[in-house]
Amino acid sequence: MKLTFSSKFILCASWLVQAPAFAAQGPSPSAPAKVEFNRDVRPILSDNCFYCHGPDQSHRKAELRLDVREAALEKKAFEPGNSEASELVKRLLSKDPDEVMPPPDSNKKLTAQQRDVLRRWIEQGAEYQQHWAYEKPVKAVIPPGANGVDVLVRSRLTSLGITSAGEADRRTLIRRLYFDLLGLPPSPESVERFVKDGAPDAYARLVEEILQNSHHGERMAQGWLDVVRFADTIGYHSDNPRNVWPYRDWVIRSFNENKRFDRFTLEQVAGDLLPDASVETRVGSAFNRLVLSTEEGGAQPKDYEARMLTDRVRAIGAAWLGQTTGCAQCHDHKFDPFTTRDFYALGAFFADIKEGVIGRREDGMLVPTAAESKEIARLQERLDGLRRELDVDSPERREGQLAWEKGLAGGPVDVAWTALVPEKLYADRGSKFESGADAVVSVAVDGNAASDTYFVTVKTPPGTTTGFKLDALSAEHLPQRGPGRSPKGAFMLTQFSVKQGDAVLKVSEASATYEQKGFVAKSAIDGKSNDPKKGWSTFGNEAGDASIYFELEQPIVGEKTVTLLLRQIAGDNQTLGRFRVSSTSAPKPVRAPNIQFPADIISVLNAPVEKRSDPQKAKLARHYRVVAPEFAAAREAITAAQLEQSEYEKNVAHCLVSTSSEAKRTVRILPRGNFMDETGEIVKPGLPHYLPQPAVEGRDLTRLDLARWLVSQENPLTARTVMNRLWKQFFGTGLSKVLDDLGAQGEPPPNAALLDWLACEFVDSGWDFRHMVRTIVSSAAYRQVSTATPALLAADPYNREHARQSAFRLDAESVRDNALTVSGLLVAKIGGPSAKPYQPERYWENLNFPTREYAADKDDGQYRRGVYTWWQRSFLHPSMLAFDAPSREECCAERTRSNIPQQALVLMNDPTYVEAARILALRILTECDGDASRRMKRAFQIVLQREPRPEEASTMLALFEKHRAVYSADPNAAELLLKTGLAPVGASANNTELAAWLHVARVLLNLHETITRA
Amino acid sequence: MNFQSLPELNRRVFLGRATRGLGAVALASLSTPTLLNAAATQGVLGKLPLPQKAKRVIWLSMAGGPSHLETFDYKPKLAEMHGQPMPESFTKGQQLAQLQGQKLSCFGPQHEFQKFGKNQTEICGLFPQIGSVIDDICLIRSMTTDAINHDPAHMFMNTGSQIAGRPSMGAWVTYGLGSESVDLPGFVVLTSLGKGGQNQPIAGRQWSSGFLPSRYQGVQLRGKGDPVLYLGTPPGVTRQQQGSDVEAINALNRQHASLVDDPEIATRITQYEMAFQMQASVPELMEISGEGAKTLELYGCQPGDGSFASNCLLARRLAERGVRFIQLYHKDWDHHGGLKEGIAFKAQEIDRACMALITDLKERGMLDSTLIVWAGEFGRTPMSQGGSGRDHHNKAMSVWMAGAGVRGGIVHGATDELGYAAVDKVATVHDLHATMLHQMGVQPDAFTVKFQGLDAKLTGVEGSKVMKDVLL
Repeated sequence: MKLTFSSKFILCASWLVQAPAFAAQGPSPSAPAKVEFNRDVRPILSDNCFYCHGPDQSHRKAELRLDVREAALEKKAFEPGNSEASELVKRLLSKDPDEVMPPPDSNKKLTAQQRDVLRRWIEQGAEYQQHWAYEKPVKAVIPPGANGVDVLVRSRLTSLGITSAGEADRRTLIRRLYFDLLGLPPSPESVERFVKDGAPDAYARLVEEILQNSHHGERMAQGWLDVVRFADTIGYHSDNPRNVWPYRDWVIRSFNENKRFDRFTLEQVAGDLLPDASVETRVGSAFNRLVLSTEEGGAQPKDYEARMLTDRVRAIGAAWLGQTTGCAQCHDHKFDPFTTRDFYALGAFFADIKEGVIGRREDGMLVPTAAESKEIARLQERLDGLRRELDVDSPERREGQLAWEKGLAGGPVDVAWTALVPEKLYADRGSKFESGADAVVSVAVDGNAASDTYFVTVKTPPGTTTGFKLDALSAEHLPQRGPGRSPKGAFMLTQFSVKQGDAVLKVSEASATYEQKGFVAKSAIDGKSNDPKKGWSTFGNEAGDASIYFELEQPIVGEKTVTLLLRQIAGDNQTLGRFRVSSTSAPKPVRAPNIQFPADIISVLNAPVEKRSDPQKAKLARHYRVVAPEFAAAREAITAAQLEQSEYEKNVAHCLVSTSSEAKRTVRILPRGNFMDETGEIVKPGLPHYLPQPAVEGRDLTRLDLARWLVSQENPLTARTVMNRLWKQFFGTGLSKVLDDLGAQGEPPPNAALLDWLACEFVDSGWDFRHMVRTIVSSAAYRQVSTATPALLAADPYNREHARQSAFRLDAESVRDNALTVSGLLVAKIGGPSAKPYQPERYWENLNFPTREYAADKDDGQYRRGVYTWWQRSFLHPSMLAFDAPSREECCAERTRSNIPQQALVLMNDPTYVEAARILALRILTECDGDASRRMKRAFQIVLQREPRPEEASTMLALFEKHRAVYSADPNAAELLLKTGLAPVGASANNTELAAWLHVARVLLNLHETITRA
Repeated sequence: MNFQSLPELNRRVFLGRATRGLGAVALASLSTPTLLNAAATQGVLGKLPLPQKAKRVIWLSMAGGPSHLETFDYKPKLAEMHGQPMPESFTKGQQLAQLQGQKLSCFGPQHEFQKFGKNQTEICGLFPQIGSVIDDICLIRSMTTDAINHDPAHMFMNTGSQIAGRPSMGAWVTYGLGSESVDLPGFVVLTSLGKGGQNQPIAGRQWSSGFLPSRYQGVQLRGKGDPVLYLGTPPGVTRQQQGSDVEAINALNRQHASLVDDPEIATRITQYEMAFQMQASVPELMEISGEGAKTLELYGCQPGDGSFASNCLLARRLAERGVRFIQLYHKDWDHHGGLKEGIAFKAQEIDRACMALITDLKERGMLDSTLIVWAGEFGRTPMSQGGSGRDHHNKAMSVWMAGAGVRGGIVHGATDELGYAAVDKVATVHDLHATMLHQMGVQPDAFTVKFQGLDAKLTGVEGSKVMKDVLL
């Protein structure tokens, strides 16, 4: 192995001293003697030829492919060493529109220089290379003690004859480090300390100090949250909330603890499958649940099953592999070897994840704090104790039961029912049924539906039918024994209706043997079929089974086919898990018996004592306790304890997590991505065929295998992808500038050796993220000045060679965090539910189902860091949006960095910034007494950590005087302005002064320099 | 067409903008003056390959999915078969939304149709005002779409893709053609609610710039509160004071620019001036009370009523001010039930306003250069839903266009006898986009931007055809 490494390095090093064929952008004047396939040729072929002559077999023209040398030679596309005789060159140069390549209608045209590259490449033998990113990275040998970043940057610069811009001043460096590593500005005092620190290790110590700061995790989390599209809402249509914020905190914590990246990966992709799975790792597995989902009526499960699969494949591609996979949903990739089969096989890894495809997301797993866990255990213990107490057998209780039975005198009265075996069962959202001859219908627990409507088609018996009865039945296979499918075993019948053909038969009465307080039988026929909060529920029914009786207004006469609609839209799987439907011909009124006797208890009671089986006896003993008045107090205590428990748990954090199901969804290749087409081949979980495969045999691959493969030593893509993104955080542009695509259409990195070295070092360090951060920010390359000299601009206009640093605008979150920090408003708390800063009224007016009012936080939540802002996918907070925070509807590896008028409107007029200016003004006034020019200095110190230049001071002092004059003349205006925001105004403040300083603070917060990391 | 990568382009465009007078003061101290000569003020396409018939677009998006069977596509055979089972030959194996798996029966047209115009075009009698200008309208009865749920269908209609993250058409167009307005955004969105209560949510992504620079995203003008988010100066601050602050910000930024080489600073200076101008120009734009009683009567609106009619009038005002792409959403077309009454509400809300917009633009000589498009996100089933409504449907829908070189008074394409599927001159959403771009002078399939390795285009990977028949 070592030998291979060093021999490759020699190859690498010899390449380093060559001038590149193309500088980062545009052609360089002199082309190198030796054309290199990956660097020079592949980009041209990929962009201009592969669309028709590439990996996608179905779209290939003339059966010619140019991405594989043998295939191209077989078709005589070119003759190595002889460009004149090569068809390819002839076609490129042809003037005949029918001959010339690329054809005119492709809208592609090669430059003369590109044609020349291809010509010379053929002259030189037309050698191919494996695509650079699919080869294992090769680690350049770095002299001991040297920083690999600097060695490899310098080596390029030397060969290109570019001189480094030199080290930046201390103030710039500390601001840069703070913004890059914490997302916050340094205090004037920290800057002063660092500027005055003469020790040779001053910089290194500063880096360590910053890396220990727990705001580091918040800063590092931002980019990751973008690329995994973390958001607080489901995305489609109603865009309702879901519980995922604990995942955000998990990411922050992971970076703060410097969790190794391999472990970080395992917990996200397969945190539920790890041998040491815990609440913590399961929260990580929320990654798999961050997809978009819908609650739209009429959405088809198959459609959204396909959407969610593709969403997940794209996420793995974007976050770990640096591969654009989306196109392979419909056809083989046009430019990379990624096939449609690879796409669906990758998607099949996630077929085990339990989830409702359509409808409201479940509440998710409880994520209690240590104290909350204790309390939950205490409440459970109490409930168990109360239940045990109720079940205790004693002679007195047996006697009591006998007396109770006698008291019933002939048994409870109920009309005669005929159980109806459904002729047809259908579920709107794909719940799966099994029904037996006993007419009992069981619903698979692993259904697709958080909500569903069951269509039960039955034939009424001969004679008249005056009513229907629905038994909700408990069963061992259901959560908490059911009868519902929710984690609490509950269901809610939102609406019941009877249809005969198109006609709806009116139900005149509904009554039940048990109803939860507030969720009565009548609400199942109130006509409000779209209110998820209303319906019949039996939650808290110790008996388990319960029945609801429906009386028809007009009886059905004779054998008729009718469909009973059981609409259950409360969400969280509150749907029936086992039920039975019966009909009666008894005359009206059809009512549930006024005592709580479900059918099976009645049958036990009606049987002679000696004929009762043991289970029947136990059932009766249990039921006695459930209904007899002497246990009323005990039952109330249980219900109260249950309610207390569920109320308590409501206030504990929940998080959607991955849960693996034995019943996996079937994954097929969908021809042209069409979910209606079920002719495609069924695929098992599998990894992209063109990458190294894991050694697993004799069983299907699991998500855990996928996770391990992503961070295996053999995977050539993950470390490169992650390091490329990290580089962008510190230099403004990736080493390969297309962050989400290291494939053929991406950019071969101008400094490939550097990206490879970083990737190898990352893996060799045991995927130690912080080590890599430290390595990069400690480099001389990082510490350079960001201002370009004309010479540097000419030599390297886009700064791809890193002879200088780059200046760029802060991310949306940091624009906010900076203003809150310098004013002193920032609440530094780490983690917690998402926060709601001020937002313009009616910004959510286009949301519906339900319509919503945004309620801004009135407490600390108002002053949290941007990373905690409520992330509403369809209407992201407009201040964040203006500064290019992505909506996170799709994975975002790279934010755009725009410069638009809305940014000016936000910084000038958003109450957040006006309030920050007000509190900053107060700070200026209180921290510094004396004349305006001293205060002005302090203001610059706080915001920019430097003194104002004379011309700045005079501009600002003049502005201050102007505003002071206005407010002296109009104190009401000052008062009005100072009312902006919730933060209290200091009692002793002079309004005129304060309002005028507010304007000064406001101008400072708006400066380009203030929101720029240089 | 090959464009530079976007960030650089973005910068160029901004700098180009600065040369147009807005940022004149800012120019003196710029350190890279050569960049400023780039002629990028008119969008990236520069000189257009085709004649530009449509200088601007007003897109009337009827959100919720209007029934073609109660608006523009009369089906006597469906009326005849009302209540009978829908022939299975039509529906077998097809994608349905809420009716999936249910018994399907025919549901006849709920309103009478009448004939209008030179060619005696038959449209629903609830829309006599539209009928009165039918000779200016090209009715397309054979539109189809891929999506069947609101959210993906809107995305498809706006971006040509059902996947989030693609640019909306308004963003494509302003990116390609730029904007003629100096103090208003190039792409403006207005929304209005219907009385029927079926107001479908519309996500902000429907006017997103997607992978194009954010400056091309649609800016929503709102009827109440600040018409543009954060447009209002804070309480206790006069416009003059706001101006002083902007001056100070720009003065300090200019001083900063003289010390560091960063063209972004010049852009920022320009943007502050633009923002400050918008603070005056947008309120002026929104003030329709000065329009005069006759105009208000023509549209049938009152100042500040937030109605679709008001938005149509605003659309005309935006068009006059050089805004490139104006999109109006009018909601409440999702008639799963109560279709008969629902459509009547919609007619009250849009009929007069649509006529007024066409008439007004015509009187002002602007109809020839303004392309009006009326379309929902999908059509509705000829089958009944619950006895009083229709379900979502993607095999047939009616849309219409007017102005800007579109052939008025004609009907293009047709559906089958029950209005289930388009059968004659079947058109796709990509074809509609292609036709619109064509009228704006753009070669639809050549208008591409690199995204995720592909030459992404509005008109999709499958290609599209311009509906030549509908053009003059």
